[in-house]
Amino acid sequence: MLFGRVHGTAVCTVKYPGTEGIKLLVVQPLNKDLEPTDVLQVAADVVQAGIGDLCVMVRSREAALAMPEIQFVPVDLALVGIVDELFVRPHGDFDYTLKPGSTHYT
Amino acid sequence: MILGKVVGTVVTTISHPHYNNRRLLVVQPMVTEGETADGDFIAVDHAQAGIGDTVLVNREGNGARQVLNLPNGCIISVIVGIVDMVKMDAK
Repeated sequence: MLFGRVHGTAVCTVKYPGTEGIKLLVVQPLNKDLEPTDVLQVAADVVQAGIGDLCVMVRSREAALAMPEIQFVPVDLALVGIVDELFVRPHGDFDYTLKPGSTHYT
Repeated sequence: MILGKVVGTVVTTISHPHYNNRRLLVVQPMVTEGETADGDFIAVDHAQAGIGDTVLVNREGNGARQVLNLPNGCIISVIVGIVDMVKMDAK
């Protein structure tokens, strides 16, 4: 699950049966420092996100499972939450490397 | 499953029903020497982890659904354990 910034909407009249009534939003996947990590993509929206919202997104099969009615639809990216507060420790705070030998974590 | 470090918290009041009263944490995967740490993601907390904890994260939908007891839950990453000690060989 990852962050995404909504940049626009996509309207699709002719589409796969079962995906009617699902709002499509153009999103930019982001990392924890809110920097873009991928190209713009289209996500199915189930939380009524608007343009400019920072959202929590889910990919693959779980995106289809997030759909309200029919869960067997060709959807692979869904917005499942609108972020209100985000607190991330700055980059240098933790050591992410697995060192040889035994390391105890309190 | 992967080893990760919890580096942040996410608060979402409007979210999918499956995410109700579950804590979302930002996890940075651990790497070996010489690699740069990237590819961070969000995980649902199931082990009362806090910021700075080294955790075990299950990143597969099926496992997440079984752990959270949600038959068709839309959750992929779940924190399933807090790591006390890691022992690596010398290479």
